[in-house]
Amino acid sequence: MTRNRPTSLDATIESPWHDVGSSRVPSAVYTDRAIYERELDRIFYGPHWSYVGLEIEIPEPGCFKRTAVGERSVIMIRNRKGEINVLENRCAHRAMRFCQERTGKVKTLVCPYHQWNYNHDGKLLGVPFRNGVKGNGGMPADFELEDHGLNRLKVAVRNGVVFACFDHDVESIEDYLGPDILAAFNRTFDGRKLVLHGYSRQRIPGNWKLMMENIKDPYHPGLLHTWFVTFGLWRADNESRLELDRHARHAAMISRRSEKVVSNVEEGVTSFRKNMELNEPLLLDIVHEPWWGRDTVCMTTMFPNVIFQQQVNSLSTRQILPLGPDKFDFVWTHFGFEDDNAEMTERRLRQANLFGPAGFVSADDGEVIEFSQEGFEQDKNFTTLCELDGTSVGPADHMVTETLIRGMYRYWREVMEL
Amino acid sequence: MTADPLIQLRIMQFYAAYASCVNDGRYGDWPDFFTETAWYRVVARENYDRDLPLSTLSLKGRPMMKDRIYGIESTIFHAPYYQRHLIGLPMILAASDGRFDVEVNYTVIRTKRDVAAEIYSVGRYIDRIVEVEGVLKFEQKFCVFDNDIIPNSLVYPI
Ligand code: FES
Ligand SMILES: [Fe+2]
Repeated sequence: MTRNRPTSLDATIESPWHDVGSSRVPSAVYTDRAIYERELDRIFYGPHWSYVGLEIEIPEPGCFKRTAVGERSVIMIRNRKGEINVLENRCAHRAMRFCQERTGKVKTLVCPYHQWNYNHDGKLLGVPFRNGVKGNGGMPADFELEDHGLNRLKVAVRNGVVFACFDHDVESIEDYLGPDILAAFNRTFDGRKLVLHGYSRQRIPGNWKLMMENIKDPYHPGLLHTWFVTFGLWRADNESRLELDRHARHAAMISRRSEKVVSNVEEGVTSFRKNMELNEPLLLDIVHEPWWGRDTVCMTTMFPNVIFQQQVNSLSTRQILPLGPDKFDFVWTHFGFEDDNAEMTERRLRQANLFGPAGFVSADDGEVIEFSQEGFEQDKNFTTLCELDGTSVGPADHMVTETLIRGMYRYWREVMEL
Repeated sequence: MTADPLIQLRIMQFYAAYASCVNDGRYGDWPDFFTETAWYRVVARENYDRDLPLSTLSLKGRPMMKDRIYGIESTIFHAPYYQRHLIGLPMILAASDGRFDVEVNYTVIRTKRDVAAEIYSVGRYIDRIVEVEGVLKFEQKFCVFDNDIIPNSLVYPI
């Protein structure tokens, strides 16, 4: 199936929006198959960079990792010169998705069906029986190996993080992020060597954008997540700021933990537990790292498929792999830095208990996304109300706002022409 | 290796009691299956096989386990579900001085309200059991699960 079909074929979608703004999102944006297909075409396979992995995942020539951009399976592989390629996992012969392992190390990429084999740059090296057998058969005389390589994506590597894009005319990754979001990115990824800690994977029965909304929503953490509230990791009275790129498609939520409850914001917040004390204080043994500056949390949503997490000492990338309008896989890659000592590594791993599918604070997020999706499915005429702090889009220095969600949908409407 | 049939039987009984505790949702009793400094870890097979240290859940010591129980009972919002553990026959890999290295296959079936039961976690326990004053306890319990794409969230201990 080719995704890059002319837009005229799908130009018949009627806009489900009732108004010109971006604060009232209709159910169909989360549930409609045709809209989702257009998202794949224009967003995931269009001029947008997708996160595919970390350089340290493929340390040596021939090392590869299989992942996906949108629903298209791709292979991130290092070549002999040490460069990183991202190749589509689809044989040029008869389409087979030949790579089935998640990771590995290979001399060449071989499709088992008819043994076509490709080098690390996706170049077709050879075809069995190309010249036939005993003068019979074989490929036509005009067959050229160079015309049948693997589909190669455009790749950007920035400070150890790898991005790919099907559209080779996409702008540079720096321009794509814009100066403010790039600064949030550089804060964690400043060129230090990373260390891979491992993966968590979860399949969330909800639309992929609900996860982006969740991390663009500073309204909920201080309410839904009792842990955050009680230990001051994220509360409405914390000093904070919200930043966006010029299109408002990416965002950063930056905040500063307050040690003590200084105001009365917890009153009336049912998730606040005054008498809650940890039996094991080590669970929140936070050690301030110099590179944080004054901020203790920075959550960056990079449209369309990744979230960069720094929550105190816990670091991860969270990749979104959409699987239809009502489902996505969420892949967490936790990491540390090469100069972490053993205690810091242990601390990062311990604080990982807060995150991921079983996390003290993140398990809730997957659950609320599932039930939001159920709500959209049951009422196709519904529209959301994202009007906390008005209907405008812009940066803020407080958390009582849904401006980042409005920003994403303003951009979404432009790209989707809906 | 062949263990004393009596201890084999006691270990089987110990697993049956553990399954009953987590199936019944008696989470307050759950930390009592562990020694004070035990390590309880739920880890994807992918990480375990590649020696990647990240766990889905890693609780070191009973105090941390109690914090987890407080978390699931009072702080983590989630849809309620039952879990049913089917635990295989324990294979005792090593036994010395009242310590037993045991490997056991397990399946956990989850049943949420209003939907059919589903396979939730499949894997093996890689455990160390010790005898403390005549009572068996886990000193280490690693739940290494094969189905590493977790169906949304994992709240209760397995
Ligand atoms: S489909 Fe790959 S070699 Fe034929
Ligand atoms: Fe959240």
